[in-house]
Amino acid sequence: MTDGLRGLWVYLADTPLLWLVVTIAIYELAVFLYQRANLFALLNPVLVSVILVIALLLVTNTPYDTYFEGAQFIHFLLGPATVSLAVPAYEHVAQLRRVLVPLLITLVVGSLTGILSAVGIGWLLGLSRVTLISLFPKSATMAISVGVSETIGGLPSLTAVLVIITGISGATMAGVLLNLIRIRDETARGFAIGVASHGIGTTRALHLSDEAGAFSGLGLVLNGVLTALLAPLLVGLLGLG
Amino acid sequence: MLTGILVLLVFQLGGEVIVRLLGLPVPGPVVGLLLLFGALLARGSLPAFLHRAARAMLSILVLLFVPAGVGIIAHLNLLQESWVALIVTLIASTAITMAVTAVVFSMLLRWFRPSGEQEAQ
Repeated sequence: MTDGLRGLWVYLADTPLLWLVVTIAIYELAVFLYQRANLFALLNPVLVSVILVIALLLVTNTPYDTYFEGAQFIHFLLGPATVSLAVPAYEHVAQLRRVLVPLLITLVVGSLTGILSAVGIGWLLGLSRVTLISLFPKSATMAISVGVSETIGGLPSLTAVLVIITGISGATMAGVLLNLIRIRDETARGFAIGVASHGIGTTRALHLSDEAGAFSGLGLVLNGVLTALLAPLLVGLLGLG
Repeated sequence: MLTGILVLLVFQLGGEVIVRLLGLPVPGPVVGLLLLFGALLARGSLPAFLHRAARAMLSILVLLFVPAGVGIIAHLNLLQESWVALIVTLIASTAITMAVTAVVFSMLLRWFRPSGEQEAQ
């Protein structure tokens, strides 16, 4: 009986199907926990899924390459998902036109602040070169940041984790921080949340108001695109390339 | 739905081709995003099949981050060494970015708003 089970495991652990199913099932479980905990920020479904999958891989002694053979089918969808961000941006194009000039100026300032503050503080705290490069796209949406990290010579998987932590901290601090600096304009609140903390922040902004949610969505798409354009230039300018 | 997914994949492919041909240091899907956005602006409307496909994609977007995130398993030693510095950096940088963006945008919104609207607000 035990031998039969072990044989089955040896067979399954090597098929892409098992790790594909495990990834989706763990994610569903994480979403369930998150909803049960009233959207408590630290129980963010991506963070919980990543931790649970890693724990499972470590316990079962499964190499990442074996895992990725199954998970690559999910990973592949990041490409078309990135392209599909054009759709919500287009849906908000009327709001975008209304405030185009102030929005674009703010976007450049916000995007530069996001990159330079992270690299600056990280450098002061003595982080390694490859870690600093991986920090560049941390405010961009994961769909974009993982590709950017690869392009500029960072560690895409480290960037993925940094992006998640950025999103969670942004979503957690948004309400308190924006009240503290007395920003009441929903447009500005939403846009700032999206630029600083991408999709995870946007989920929070949607709870604040529809307008904050819409501008947070715009902020995440525009900052993602601008980060993809700025990061390779800045890596060169800062002499990290 | 399938047509919508085909459109997304075709624009991604177009983005990849442009990136390779021009040697751009930008991920192909980002160029695909810009191409699709431009195409929608030129068309002036959003086809229902594309809307459905995009909605389906974006509804599972968060799941798509998991495989990349799990990749950190290869660099756990890097995290072990510098997780405090990393967390401090990320929290501080996120706060600074959000505050600067919010302050600059609300200032500029006031400057650029036509004078007639100022009282109404």
